[in-house]
Amino acid sequence: MNIELHTLAEVQNVSGEEGNFTVTVKKAPRYVDMEKCIACGECAAKCPKKVDDEYQAGLSKRKAAYIPYGQSVPLKYALDGENCIMIQKGKCGACEQICPTQAIKFDDKEEILDVNVGSVILTPGFKAFDPVDLDYTYYKKTPDVVTSLEYERLLSASGPCAGHLVRPSDGKEPRKIAWLQCVGSRDINRCGNGFCSSVCCMYAIKQSVITAEHTTGDIDQTILYMDIRSHGKEFDKYYESAKKGGINFVQARPHTILPGPDGNGAIIQYADKSGNMVEEVYDLVVLSIGLQAPKDAQQLSQTVGFELNKYGFVEATSFEPVSTTKAGVFSSGAFNAPMDIPQAVTDASSAAANAAVMLAESRGSMTQDKVWPEERDIAGEEARIGVFVCSCGTNIAGTVDVKAVSEYASSLPGVTLVENNLFTCSTDTQDLIAAKIKENNLNRIVVAACTPRTHEPLFKETLKEAGLNEYLVEMANIRNQNSWVHQDNPEKATEKAKDQVRMAVAKAALLQPLSKMSVDVTQKAMVVGGGMSGMTSALGIADMGYDVVLLEKSDMLGGNAWALSKTWRGEEIKPEVEKLVAKVENHDKITILKKAMLKTAVGSVGNFVSEVDVDGETKAVKYGVAVVATGGKEYKPNEYAYGESDRVKTHLEFDKMLDSGATSSADSVVFIQCVGSRNEERPYCSRVCCTHTVESAIRLKEQKPEMSVFVLNRDIRTYGLREDLYTKARQLGVIFVKYTLDAKPQVSASGDSVSVKVADPMLGGRELDIKADYLVLATAIVPNETKELVELYKCATGDDGFLTEAHPKLRPVDLSVDGLFVAGLCHYPKPLDEAIGQAQAATSRAGVILARTELPLDSIKSEVTELCDGCALCVDTCPYNAISLESYEDKGKEHRRIVTDKALCKGCGVCMATCPKGGVEVNGFTMDQLKAQVTSALAGL
Amino acid sequence: MADFEPTIIGFLCNWCAYAGGDLAGVSRLKYPPNMRAVRVMCSGMVHPDLVVDALKEGADGVIVMG
Repeated sequence: MNIELHTLAEVQNVSGEEGNFTVTVKKAPRYVDMEKCIACGECAAKCPKKVDDEYQAGLSKRKAAYIPYGQSVPLKYALDGENCIMIQKGKCGACEQICPTQAIKFDDKEEILDVNVGSVILTPGFKAFDPVDLDYTYYKKTPDVVTSLEYERLLSASGPCAGHLVRPSDGKEPRKIAWLQCVGSRDINRCGNGFCSSVCCMYAIKQSVITAEHTTGDIDQTILYMDIRSHGKEFDKYYESAKKGGINFVQARPHTILPGPDGNGAIIQYADKSGNMVEEVYDLVVLSIGLQAPKDAQQLSQTVGFELNKYGFVEATSFEPVSTTKAGVFSSGAFNAPMDIPQAVTDASSAAANAAVMLAESRGSMTQDKVWPEERDIAGEEARIGVFVCSCGTNIAGTVDVKAVSEYASSLPGVTLVENNLFTCSTDTQDLIAAKIKENNLNRIVVAACTPRTHEPLFKETLKEAGLNEYLVEMANIRNQNSWVHQDNPEKATEKAKDQVRMAVAKAALLQPLSKMSVDVTQKAMVVGGGMSGMTSALGIADMGYDVVLLEKSDMLGGNAWALSKTWRGEEIKPEVEKLVAKVENHDKITILKKAMLKTAVGSVGNFVSEVDVDGETKAVKYGVAVVATGGKEYKPNEYAYGESDRVKTHLEFDKMLDSGATSSADSVVFIQCVGSRNEERPYCSRVCCTHTVESAIRLKEQKPEMSVFVLNRDIRTYGLREDLYTKARQLGVIFVKYTLDAKPQVSASGDSVSVKVADPMLGGRELDIKADYLVLATAIVPNETKELVELYKCATGDDGFLTEAHPKLRPVDLSVDGLFVAGLCHYPKPLDEAIGQAQAATSRAGVILARTELPLDSIKSEVTELCDGCALCVDTCPYNAISLESYEDKGKEHRRIVTDKALCKGCGVCMATCPKGGVEVNGFTMDQLKAQVTSALAGL
Repeated sequence: MADFEPTIIGFLCNWCAYAGGDLAGVSRLKYPPNMRAVRVMCSGMVHPDLVVDALKEGADGVIVMG
């Protein structure tokens, strides 16, 4: 209701300034009335014009009347004006004739509108690299060389071959597939894209794993790569399991692809690690194409007035990672740099936080709330059930005999009225349902149509509109789980539909109105951890106008950032830490508690209470949300002679020497990567160490060009635009040597030097013996101890000790407990810009709750009945810790029973299934209601 | 037994199995029409009594999917 969506829109002009922009938007005609379209798809079915389907990467056809894909938002059809025969030639009009709601508007016109806004967020995404100009790939010249996007469609269940993988040339299932990494990325020779696209290694691994699942029998899959960059959370484990699963990983940069024998498949030629020429024939070759800036980036930057970097992505700083160079204009996602979904979703919340902070003063001034009519009390009424059977155009009626189902429904007990509608979800049918409820005094509604997962919210609103409690509706899913899957058996489908309606009616008769639930919100936040992430979140929340209590375990704010020198972009870090500390310390909304430890935590979203130990004194804090930013630290190794010689340093130790210039006396420095990372004990990539090493190596070479600098690595993971640093380091003469876990470098230290021995695969495995003045160990990042905190909040960590988010992609900064958010190193190792971005995202997510005085809850919750005798069997089984035990007195005797916390309960009903005596039920899914459905389902026997 | 058509009661978790059932429809997959689905908010909600009752009342099989 508070999001106005403009589709087919293009920004023509942006004028004004931060807080008051006027955005001129050009909207291309849709030729379909969005208000009337019910997305039945009849127009597309009738449309005679076929064009290449962009969503299917041109591998199949769509119609000129179309939706881009099934999950389109808004789910409304459009006519493609350039291809529609009626619009182009004035003949046809088939869609207009078939449309049941008269939604087609051939005379639709382009529209120009001015939108007045306080801030602008840019999310135009990326453009996939087109390899057509890379002649060596033979792309488009031979059919079995496809891009990874095309392959994604070939593999997809919703793709042109319905998930049954076949190759384009002859329609056969491929048995031998190769992926070529870095096509259009890390390539300044052929395409000028010097950056790493960050996501291609993981998507190639994912595609190969899914391919193995989708095909039968043995399949030979090879990924040809330069460095495998699986630097995201849990990614390295996925890479390792793919290796174990039989996917071949070959380090090579093929120079030639040729068409295969008889034009089928393709031949790849490359030099292997030892320099030998290899030629292999593959059934199918996938080009792992990179992510470039969107094609209209330049135009957008000129229209809006912000700067782009040399690759066309948004120019930003590490301390304001989603702010463009124009005040009040923010950007997120792949427009900032190539990034994966978790990062992009985090980025989006971060941009939202920046806009929210900026617009804090006017928050709530333009938002709207829906007002519903008063609810009718149905207590004591007999069930008067209205059944609405949907034809869904021909989607249901084409298979199920809806007339017979309707007639059958009228014979069921409690049913007062039955209607058959062409489209039960259309706006006019909603009005009809509301009218029928009032006319016939209906008190329960059954809708036999599609799935409640998408449409129940709509019918709930209709009930509310008609003055009925929204929980008095039950759906029978006679489309998704009937007509669509039983098209070949209309008779059985109709029989099943009758059973489904009977089951729904049986449950509906037992439905009870459920009262609205909500919890009051304490509009105050607690932030645990006073490093850069914690301070950024605290400041953002305070700038939105809410009180914040910031807990820091030491006596100083700033955390790890004090030990860091420069960001990968080259910005000085310490001055920024000082600025942030000053802002936080001087903010009148922020209370800082130093030497503070969280001791207790009770309550749930909106209402937490904690006792905090502040330097020996206990303080109570009430808060509605908390951001956990407890940080991490540099791992101190017990290998490679660390601790035996002062010539062996960790990164942070060596940084101090670099800053002081003490390193310039050295003639030779060796770095070893993945110390304590990507091993059995810590099977994750620490994400920041490769970039850190490359930066340090560049600084050494700049201090003293003749110094020998070696980097012993397993893969160099300078993802995104950090790749430029890797390129620069190599240009400066830094030598990169690969090693493997089973042939780790051997180190011995004596006096003022260190000897490092390693076999170099580029030299055919010959051993290098390097005498170095310093050995720098790129050690892992480990999370700070969170055991107590995790136990207090009942949230979770993964095997590696990092806090687990509610959903890695969709809710990357929410913890599994509602009202708790996470930022920084306690979530996963990350560089400063990403930590700040994530902290801003946590600000935004916290703001969603803090902006309300009360929080509505779903009413599908467990409820204790009078049969509960306090046996407490359910207390331990509840996965959300929502159940506790209480004592009460009745007639002078002490009894026990359980109480449930409505804010913690998710309505899963494990308690109900555990209880041997009906002492706890889930509203809307009670034992009686489920039992009625079972009995009714079997009544036809 | 050749033309035996079992009646199966299915308890489908709203978040996974029921969603999967919906997706099977969207993808126009085909499966036999013998199961009658009861939507639950979690497969953990299915009380053993419900399974026993279903079998007692004549179901040939019960499937709990979650």
